[in-house]
Amino acid sequence: MEELLKTYQTVAQNEVINWVSVGKAADFPANGGGCIKYKSKQIAVYYFQRTDTWYACQNLCPHKMEMVLSRGMIGDASGIPKVACPLHKKTFSLENGSNLNGEDYSIATYPVKIEDGNVYIGFAD
Amino acid sequence: MKKVIIVGNGMVGYKFCEKLAAHANRSDFEIVVFGEEARPAYDRVHLSEYFSLKSSEPLLLAPRAWYEENDIELRTSEMISEIDPKSKLVLTHKNEAFHYDYLILATGSSPFIPPLEGVSKPGVFIYRTIEDLEGIEEYAHKMKNKGRFKAAVLGGGLLGLEAANATKELGMETHVIEFAPRLMPRQLDQAASDLLKSKIEDLGISVHLSKNSKQILGENEMTGIEFHDEEKASYDMLVISAGIRPRDELAISAGIVTGSRGGIEVNNKMQTSDPSIYAIGEVALYNNGIYGLVAPGYEMASVAVDQITGGDKLMSPTIDMSTKLKLVGTEVASFGDPFIDDEQTTAITYENKQKGIYKRINITKDGKKLLGGILVGDASDYNSLFQLYINSLPLPEDAEELILGSRGEGSSSTMGSALDLPDSAQICSCEAVSKGAICDSLKSGACTNLKEVVQSTKASSCCGGCKPMVVDLVNETLKSLGQEVKETVCEHFDYSRQELYDLIKINKIGGYDEALDKYGKGHGCEICKPVMASIFASIFMETANRQVPIQDSNDRFLANIQRNGTYSVVPRVPGGEITPDKLMVLGEVAKKYDLYTKITGGQRIDLFGAQLHELPLIWQELIDAGFESGHAYGKSLRTVKSCVGSTWCRYGMHDSVSFAIRIEERYKGLRSPHKLKGGVSGCIRECAEARGKDFGIIAVEGGWNLYVCGNGGATPKHAVLLASQLDDETCIKYLDRFLIYYIRTAAPLMRTAPWLDKLEGGIDYLKKVVVEDSLGLGEELENEMEELVNRYACEWKEAIESPEMMKRFKHFVNTDETDDRLVFVPMRDQKMPKPW
Repeated sequence: MEELLKTYQTVAQNEVINWVSVGKAADFPANGGGCIKYKSKQIAVYYFQRTDTWYACQNLCPHKMEMVLSRGMIGDASGIPKVACPLHKKTFSLENGSNLNGEDYSIATYPVKIEDGNVYIGFAD
Repeated sequence: MKKVIIVGNGMVGYKFCEKLAAHANRSDFEIVVFGEEARPAYDRVHLSEYFSLKSSEPLLLAPRAWYEENDIELRTSEMISEIDPKSKLVLTHKNEAFHYDYLILATGSSPFIPPLEGVSKPGVFIYRTIEDLEGIEEYAHKMKNKGRFKAAVLGGGLLGLEAANATKELGMETHVIEFAPRLMPRQLDQAASDLLKSKIEDLGISVHLSKNSKQILGENEMTGIEFHDEEKASYDMLVISAGIRPRDELAISAGIVTGSRGGIEVNNKMQTSDPSIYAIGEVALYNNGIYGLVAPGYEMASVAVDQITGGDKLMSPTIDMSTKLKLVGTEVASFGDPFIDDEQTTAITYENKQKGIYKRINITKDGKKLLGGILVGDASDYNSLFQLYINSLPLPEDAEELILGSRGEGSSSTMGSALDLPDSAQICSCEAVSKGAICDSLKSGACTNLKEVVQSTKASSCCGGCKPMVVDLVNETLKSLGQEVKETVCEHFDYSRQELYDLIKINKIGGYDEALDKYGKGHGCEICKPVMASIFASIFMETANRQVPIQDSNDRFLANIQRNGTYSVVPRVPGGEITPDKLMVLGEVAKKYDLYTKITGGQRIDLFGAQLHELPLIWQELIDAGFESGHAYGKSLRTVKSCVGSTWCRYGMHDSVSFAIRIEERYKGLRSPHKLKGGVSGCIRECAEARGKDFGIIAVEGGWNLYVCGNGGATPKHAVLLASQLDDETCIKYLDRFLIYYIRTAAPLMRTAPWLDKLEGGIDYLKKVVVEDSLGLGEELENEMEELVNRYACEWKEAIESPEMMKRFKHFVNTDETDDRLVFVPMRDQKMPKPW
């Protein structure tokens, strides 16, 4: 399980080697999440319609190691965009992946860009 | 302008600055503070949290910027080395001279280091500053790397136990060594100490009492301790925490009067023998005593501020040393005189070794007054006992109830409400805030909520022990002012659920986004979204398919998510009645999709282990066979359980199955603040367990008895009788009224039983509303329900008929592959998720 968690490492905008096209923007639900597959990784992608912003993070919830985060509800805590895991409502910042309940584990986040109506996620591999 | 110099930037020195900075005559003073540590004043009470916080920032009482904003010159890492009272000058260690008009000595104390041979050896530490803690941490790591784990703490008092906890947290095998025959000898009696000792030992800390150390052993570094009884023990490091010594050196060399055993003598104005020089905190010798607690220190700071600004506030003649704290995970409190045991006093004790609780109260022989006491293991009574003691309030007739709790009917608390206390009652003893001050801050309009009260009065801002009482007082006072204490939904909506329900209904709000624009802020969250989804559903009977993004995770996919992220499927089986053909369909579907099958507590069949993309396929087959959604995933009506009733049962009085089916069909899909369950029993034997449900109907001679507001769950509750001997139609009429009334007024996720508990007037009031129609709402409530019933649609049928809605049920957006990470293991001829 530790191994699986290690495959998800936050990628900063300037570390991107590979922008991967993962579908049309319209394929993703507004104000909710969708999951995409890249190599063996599962990545959750969220679209915040009110501010027209996109976020991506690992689909794996580090609490119980299940591939579920894309199915969580999104929102904000004091302005920080977040996702709540559907299993136990653990919440994570989509800006930096930190756990907003003050627990130890955090999640990896990935940069997203939209070009010509297509969604691209930035990977370093 | 007068110049005030404060020597010492500890907690009490800081408090002096805070009080003076906030004083009306602040502009008459120039303020300079000297602190010998590098950091501004920090919270020493919570020093041991430094290890878990991993930073000293959160411990700071105020950041540097605060001193700047308040025009206070803070000079850290600077020590005063001399006072010249004649010319009113102080000299720093750099030989710089500063003139003062008033000098405040808040130099505090240093740890008392017993005169043992070898105390200066490496590996011996004191426990006082953040630097000390850093040194301890570093040395402990060094030792652990060498495979040496034994740490000794000299001193079994309050600070010693804190230090012991700290070394234990660092992974050291910790030993506490105390000279006295008991732990915390100034606060605890023998029985309390024995109990605390066994609790601490359970946590892996060894305690050695009546041990008199002779010398510290070791060549280059300390390796052990030799005791006076000739015994030697080896330890890899030692932390000394054996009491405090007032830092009065400056005063002594300046010729200021000090006590024979240390401390600067002060009068009740906090003045020393030199009228321009004041001493406050642990360095001050007041009434022949040194007080190592923060509360008296704060009081001294406030007296000194008042005196130099021309006031006439005096120090209380007696200093209260009551204290409550959590030591090594154990609550310990002592108040008043904990030991007093003479002709005029009776001690009542309670001890429960199994639960690890010891309580003692000392009361006057006539049973009228509380003089002091000790609590170990459970200090939850501390606040109320302390109030009784400090305000000399009359005691209940059976004083033992104070520590045993009342065992009579009805009265759950011996103290009653915090509002019953006199205005002079001191609520926050750290900051000396009275009940009157808290209530007045609200009554005068200066504050309007808890946060403002805490900010303005400082009550509960220090140790936080009085927080529950402050919250109570604020809420009760606001209520008495006719202000509703608002239970808002979350940070995005400043309204209660009921208010939002009304706003949406009256203003015909079309959806969540519109509501957020009009009444809320931000993006919303996982709390307000499902609340609003429930409100929209209850008002407009919209299904979970209309506003998908605001549905709770289960409603979004119309199924119950299980521990490995797969789902379970529960079709509706009204009243638990099912034909063999339909039963076979369930079996076939379960077999086809390899689902784990189990009968639920609500008389239906749950099929587990379906993947997201399989849900529509499964439901297509179920719907074709005539099934509907069972709404097992929603905060909505679940099942109406029934016994077999008069059609088959030889005892049955009415046909409970038919009535249960009728009711389940009527309310199916009804969304509510929490899940709803019902039951119908055909006779008083109650095989449907109807009284454990939100509504329960039991057949009796002459009709149905209707019970409401029961549940199983974590806090089981029997439903209570709302009306008796009803015919079918009246029973449904009352149910309509009851359910809509509940849906309109309950808080989010509040089931009917706690709702009834909170309903003012209780079941009698509910009877008036539902049965007697006292609010004149009866018809409106019935019509509302009728409308909802007419608009029912199966949301699963809706979903599989719409290609757009079906998009939801795909694991990946960019491929048709499915989640390859799922692992199941076999169990009793079926399967289960691989355990975590």
